[in-house]
Amino acid sequence: MLVKQIQYQLMLFFRRPAALFFVIVMPVVLLALLTQILGNDPIPGQTTTSAQFYTPALAVFGVVTACFTYLAVSTATSRDQGILKRIRGTPLPPSVYMTARIISVTVIALISAALVIASGVIFLDVEMQWDKAVAGLFILVTGGLSFAALGMMVVALCRSSETVQAVVNATLLPLAFLSEIFIRPGRELPDWMIWTADFFPLKHFSVALGNAFKPSLEGYGFTWTDADDAFSVLPEFLILLAWGLFAGVIAVRFFKWDVRL
Amino acid sequence: MHDDPAVSVSGLFKSYAGVPAVRGISFDIAPGETFALLGPNGAGKTSTIEILEGYRKRTAGHVNVLGFDPGENCREFRECIGLVLQSTALEPELTVIETVTAFSQFYPEPLRVEGLLKTVGLADRRDNRVRTLSGGQQRRLEIALGLIGNPEVVFLDEPTTGLDPDARAGVWHLIRKLSQKGKTVILSSHHMEEVEALAHRLAILVAGKICASGTVADLLHEFGGHSRFSFWWPFDQLPYNLPPALGSLHHGHDNWVSFSVAEPGKALVQLTGWAHHYGVNLDSLTITKPTLEDIYLSLTGARQKSGGPDR
Repeated sequence: MLVKQIQYQLMLFFRRPAALFFVIVMPVVLLALLTQILGNDPIPGQTTTSAQFYTPALAVFGVVTACFTYLAVSTATSRDQGILKRIRGTPLPPSVYMTARIISVTVIALISAALVIASGVIFLDVEMQWDKAVAGLFILVTGGLSFAALGMMVVALCRSSETVQAVVNATLLPLAFLSEIFIRPGRELPDWMIWTADFFPLKHFSVALGNAFKPSLEGYGFTWTDADDAFSVLPEFLILLAWGLFAGVIAVRFFKWDVRL
Repeated sequence: MHDDPAVSVSGLFKSYAGVPAVRGISFDIAPGETFALLGPNGAGKTSTIEILEGYRKRTAGHVNVLGFDPGENCREFRECIGLVLQSTALEPELTVIETVTAFSQFYPEPLRVEGLLKTVGLADRRDNRVRTLSGGQQRRLEIALGLIGNPEVVFLDEPTTGLDPDARAGVWHLIRKLSQKGKTVILSSHHMEEVEALAHRLAILVAGKICASGTVADLLHEFGGHSRFSFWWPFDQLPYNLPPALGSLHHGHDNWVSFSVAEPGKALVQLTGWAHHYGVNLDSLTITKPTLEDIYLSLTGARQKSGGPDR
């Protein structure tokens, strides 16, 4: 039953051209644009190219667009349309329905990320770091689930899909500029910007996946160390987990299948 | 067991933030019966139905649907009810057959999808996207979704609101078929003809209370003692000395004269005597029984202005 529901949610996604464009095509377009504009030379002070930085950064952006923006907006739209209420009146367990929605956006997120990474490798000479790939995939999935929880929190706290759309865009876009996604590191940012970015989960997500693409770092990633030359995703994982749990609790507490009920 | 009512409501009370919407209503519905809740917007029809469907918690009173307490809204309960909600709730990008198939997977013993599409007259639209369907077709698709689980009790909340007469007739035909198959149907409506055409029994709900209930014939007998006379005659040429038994005359548009009386026999004798004496021709004289609409309007008319949003 869960598998069937996941299939339905995926089918719906692939029938929405606008969603398809923003989640699947947009990150690749941004990768092409940013590496064209900034050139693909090594970043000053670092050993890697622009593409080596932007590929994981835009993979993260794709994951967040799927798990946060698309999940929140599509769920709120279904609620506006009365579809959630109608589903709640069938014997389908509500948990199965919601789990299916979340798993389907995670699958979409992984497709989007795979496409960005494949484009980087094929067209922009990005070096895959296969020894770090398991930790990278691990952080992609946990980051995706964490942002899915945040998306559902926004749905639970807003009444209409218009508000949800406004809130997700107003939070995601500015944060993406501060969180080493659109702007590569190397510029001095004001302290408050750094603190803001450090507080929210997006930067930890992009840094963790970015590190999985840094040839200079050593290790498989599943360590707590903060040594400069070591690859570790667990500290970032912990922050993503904490945000995910926090958002998940609020989402479950306040979620309504119909705002009038 | 078979004699137990399919739906039983007693002393049902519902308030929203202290504002009462349903004020202590009671009714039973026998298995296989089509029961209508009739009332203006804001009368509490949808509140009552949504409590029976398991969507809303009641404030007080007892409710029983097929032995379940809808307030607990358990999965077994949802397996034996079918819903057609007041507003359309369909995924626009799925096709007709995909929509029905998706819902059929929720139920332990669903009907056959193809057969059901034939029943609701959508077999030839099976591969069309939902967004391309007309309003009437979407409504019939929703009725199909309400029936796919082969439920014992079907809730239809204003199933024909917003439909054109053809589409409405199609929906009525489907509801009659349900009744013939022995389903218990609960219908809410503010169309009198709809209720007269479909329901075995009805309750008229005004401001959260049942102000009349029974069969259509019961209500006509109880509330509609008056017969209505009307004939054509230019009003300014009407003789003044009217027989007192005719009560107060009403002069409508286009020179139609009409009045309502409790004793039509007596009134008819006096009217014909008077007309013969003064040479009034009584063109197009008609005597009609009161309709359910007359009763409904007289029961709801006074309070209808206070109707808020329907819920």
